[in-house]
Amino acid sequence: MKLTKATPHITQNEDLIFERSRRGRIGYRLPELDVEEAPLDALIPRELRRDDDLEGVPEVSEVDVVRHFTRLSTWNYAVDHGMYPLGSCTMKYNPRLNERIARLAGFADLHPLTPEEDAQGALQVIYELQEHLAEITGLPGVSLQPAAGAHGEMTGIMMIRAFLDARDGKRHGRSVMIIPDSAHGTNPASAHLSGFKVKTVKTTPEGLTDLDQLRELCATGDVAGLMLTNPNTLGLFEKEIREICRIVHDAGGLVYMDGANMNALVGWARPGDMGVDVIHLNLHKTFSTPHGGGGPGSGPCCCTKELEPFLPVPRVVRDGDRFRLDYDRPHSIGRVKAFYGNFGMALRALAYILTHGPDGLREATETAVLNARYLAHHLASDYERPYDAPPMHEVVFTDKRQARKGVHTLDIAKRLIDYGFHPPTIYFPLIVQGAMLIEPTESVGREELDQFIEAMRSIAREAEEDPELVRSAPHTTRISRLDEASAARRPILRWRPEN
Amino acid sequence: MRYIPNSPEERAEMLRAIGLESAEQLFASIPEELLLRAPLRTPAAMSEPEVLAKFEGLAARNRAAGRPSFLGAGAYRHYAPTIIDHLISRAEFFTAYTPYQPEISQGTLQAIFEFQTLVCQLTGMEVANASMYDGSTALAEAVLMAERITGRSRVVISTAIHPEYFDVVHTYVQHAGIELARVGYDEQTGQTVIDREKALDERTAALVIQSPNFFGCLEDVQRMAASAHEVGALLIVVITEALSLGLLRPPGQCGADIVVAEGQSFGIPLSFGGPYVGLFATRERFVRQMPGRLVGVASDKEGRRGFVLTLAAREQHIRREKATSNICTNEGLVALAATIYMTTLGRRGLQEVAYQCAQKAAYAARRLASLEGFALPHSAPRFNEFVVRAPVRADELLEQLAAERKITGGLALSRYFPDRPNDILVCVTEVNTRSEIDALVAGLKELTASSVATSLSGE
Amino acid sequence: MAAYVPEDLHYSKDHEWIRVEGDTGIIGITDHAQQSLGDIVYVELPRVGDTFAAHDAFGSVESVKAVSEVYAPVSGEVIEVNESLQDEPEKVNADPYGEGWMIRIRLSDPSEIDSLLTAAEYEDYIRQEIE
Repeated sequence: MKLTKATPHITQNEDLIFERSRRGRIGYRLPELDVEEAPLDALIPRELRRDDDLEGVPEVSEVDVVRHFTRLSTWNYAVDHGMYPLGSCTMKYNPRLNERIARLAGFADLHPLTPEEDAQGALQVIYELQEHLAEITGLPGVSLQPAAGAHGEMTGIMMIRAFLDARDGKRHGRSVMIIPDSAHGTNPASAHLSGFKVKTVKTTPEGLTDLDQLRELCATGDVAGLMLTNPNTLGLFEKEIREICRIVHDAGGLVYMDGANMNALVGWARPGDMGVDVIHLNLHKTFSTPHGGGGPGSGPCCCTKELEPFLPVPRVVRDGDRFRLDYDRPHSIGRVKAFYGNFGMALRALAYILTHGPDGLREATETAVLNARYLAHHLASDYERPYDAPPMHEVVFTDKRQARKGVHTLDIAKRLIDYGFHPPTIYFPLIVQGAMLIEPTESVGREELDQFIEAMRSIAREAEEDPELVRSAPHTTRISRLDEASAARRPILRWRPEN
Repeated sequence: MRYIPNSPEERAEMLRAIGLESAEQLFASIPEELLLRAPLRTPAAMSEPEVLAKFEGLAARNRAAGRPSFLGAGAYRHYAPTIIDHLISRAEFFTAYTPYQPEISQGTLQAIFEFQTLVCQLTGMEVANASMYDGSTALAEAVLMAERITGRSRVVISTAIHPEYFDVVHTYVQHAGIELARVGYDEQTGQTVIDREKALDERTAALVIQSPNFFGCLEDVQRMAASAHEVGALLIVVITEALSLGLLRPPGQCGADIVVAEGQSFGIPLSFGGPYVGLFATRERFVRQMPGRLVGVASDKEGRRGFVLTLAAREQHIRREKATSNICTNEGLVALAATIYMTTLGRRGLQEVAYQCAQKAAYAARRLASLEGFALPHSAPRFNEFVVRAPVRADELLEQLAAERKITGGLALSRYFPDRPNDILVCVTEVNTRSEIDALVAGLKELTASSVATSLSGE
Repeated sequence: MAAYVPEDLHYSKDHEWIRVEGDTGIIGITDHAQQSLGDIVYVELPRVGDTFAAHDAFGSVESVKAVSEVYAPVSGEVIEVNESLQDEPEKVNADPYGEGWMIRIRLSDPSEIDSLLTAAEYEDYIRQEIE
């Protein structure tokens, strides 16, 4: 018998915690107050205190809380269930050792304003990770302050702006950031936050940046830089990257690389060698820190020596065998976040790098690319690939063949759920109609890849023979497709006693 | 490599299956001259016990972690019930992505909906989002939002907000054409003072205050709201100690238009400054100008209740450069931890923790104020933080206290306010026992005894 | 489903229609536009008194996964806004030429109407666009 990945099973129902609340239930106990009490009115006048007795906030026991959140958790799909092939999201295994390390009391209980002398271990962690990321990217200046990828983008683009202001004077008139039409939406949003106008460079029929158009855009004299993802969001390596960087540099601009796809490069090639000036990394993608249902992330910025003076303050630097915070950086763009970034994520990423070693990092990259290539090879007979070039760590397919039967990408995605898989990224990149962007990562074994291939083939057959089955999927979840239009027309964004 | 399921033999078979002979061929699209020839110069692979031992050694060098501490100033020590870490460690929560596929993400979505509701209840606001990176970036986003709503470009910020928060706002708005103006505080009360005529005008988009403010003083939020609204500006209130909401009148009841807060107090480890979680709440009529993700109620075909990400047209993946923010990944798992904290403590516990904080801080303040040479410079009511003025330089005194008494005595305000060399910002929470407070008082007394004696004899 | 194109209206290439009544005109988006946008969840409209030149964006419509600007087919001043779309944006889907109207403007240059497409021309235009 051939095993499929999932079969339907029973799930439990669970109200909102507010609906579970019963007057008088208690979920905590504090130590007795051990100081003499002053009359509250003498401390804080009544008119400054709340008078609603926190009406509506839950009253539940510890058991209620544990059961509530445990039941909710069972309604989620997660990396630990299996392949989670969201393209550009790099849903790889989250090592448990790293979780243990982040919870060591010496880190978890350390206050950020602790005097440097008493926080040497933490500063050393930051410093060592900076060094390793500099080596991995080939870019020597590193800040761990940005809290996520988009935050790192904003940081990097503001650094470009500060660099140009310093080099060319504030009236340089370089107001344009060039962004490919295949880019993540965060790119234009980050460029806008940094005060740039966005111009779009097209993708060629081969799936790569249009160099001729790039040259034209760079000829106008107002270009500040280019934001490029490499491999791009189609999973293809921009093989003209050196030339791309040369065009932008010759025009006086700088090249920002969106590091979302670094999982295709670590240990094999370095953005610094390609001519990139500044990059952000996603520790929650490439370096295995957990996504946590939407964060926390961490988006370190790595840059060339020329850009280093513009990194956010404070920097973590080394003086002999002592580590310290350096605020004396007059050209810095400033702070982008209170304290020093998502330190807990830095711990996990450092543990990941040390566990792998240089050989392991290279092996992980190689496996991630191999897995994507294996899928690309085996799905090509059933699904349309808009670009022929061999993909790196992720591959894009479309619904073109299935659409003839009225089955679209959304339907294929939902049907995959019935087969026990999380769907890929869908309808992105925007330039591919009906896109399915599949990134298996290195954390998937061959048998599961084969099961995924078999599921996709099976759905392709269903689209031919019984399209309605696919269009009405998923059939095995506790709820079916939700009416998102009604939800957006009359949004209910919080619980109230009456609803 | 133990995190990679496929063995080298399996990988070789897979390569053959797709018609390749070597791993190098997988990277054929990368120009030859860009391929790394030598291995990365990072340390050689380590085993699990070796990695653990390394980090245990590093953790041990953070000597302050185990000590009694009176540091606050934007990050607070509170007791976190054991079940929080247990529940957020469930793989279904911590190894999931942003809930893009609602049918298999209802756990995350419902938890966020509960988070949004709790944030509304505590702040007294109408809508809250699914979280921001932290309090400081939430404030920066609030300032940008106020500019969008009012179409005005001047923002007035109290100097009594967390200095690092101001720095972050400054960085965020430097290219947005927003002018930042400061208003000061009264040395005697410790509260923000607004010269309404001068400070606020019809170009003002928002007034930003923190309450309790950086010095621990409660602001008169209602009066500030009235001043702001008089000129058509919004009032933005930022809170760094979210547990104060267990006791204090919520800003939403005082006329605030946007409330942002650092949620770290809700059961989140100090972790040397992050990851924390930003809370962001506002009025319903401003919801389409809000940054960040929102979860709403939806029904399926059979009429069953479920939850979805909604009002996404505000966000970067749809509106690109016209989006309300560039934020994508936020602080999902930390928001979940905060949700579990607020739920476990619940209606009674949030009030009791806040009450204990206020009482213990008041006790510590009384004791410190009675010391020879020490004084409390500010008269405004406070929650769990206050400034105490020492007879000697605060940074040296605190250094001595740490070295000799193994107590982290608070923050020397000179770190941010060089003109206040002798001031210490002290934070007392429910985890500081009476004996810790007494040891702090005794330590400060004994360490300053000689200088107090000198100055007395010199008078 | 083929889009409905009423005879008595004028059309823009941005898929807006205008119904001229004296020196005023009522503006909305076409059936074809609402079909390609899908379920409309929010309509953002200008205020009475705002003025627009032809081809200026005067508002936007949001579906669940997209947002599109809506352009003034001719120049004018807004004299009335369909407030009911705030609460019932679905009217644009259900009745794009009737209850789903968006704004009424006072035409600043009635001759601009002549540059718009007739129903027949617009039908040809969308047929070409699809192909």
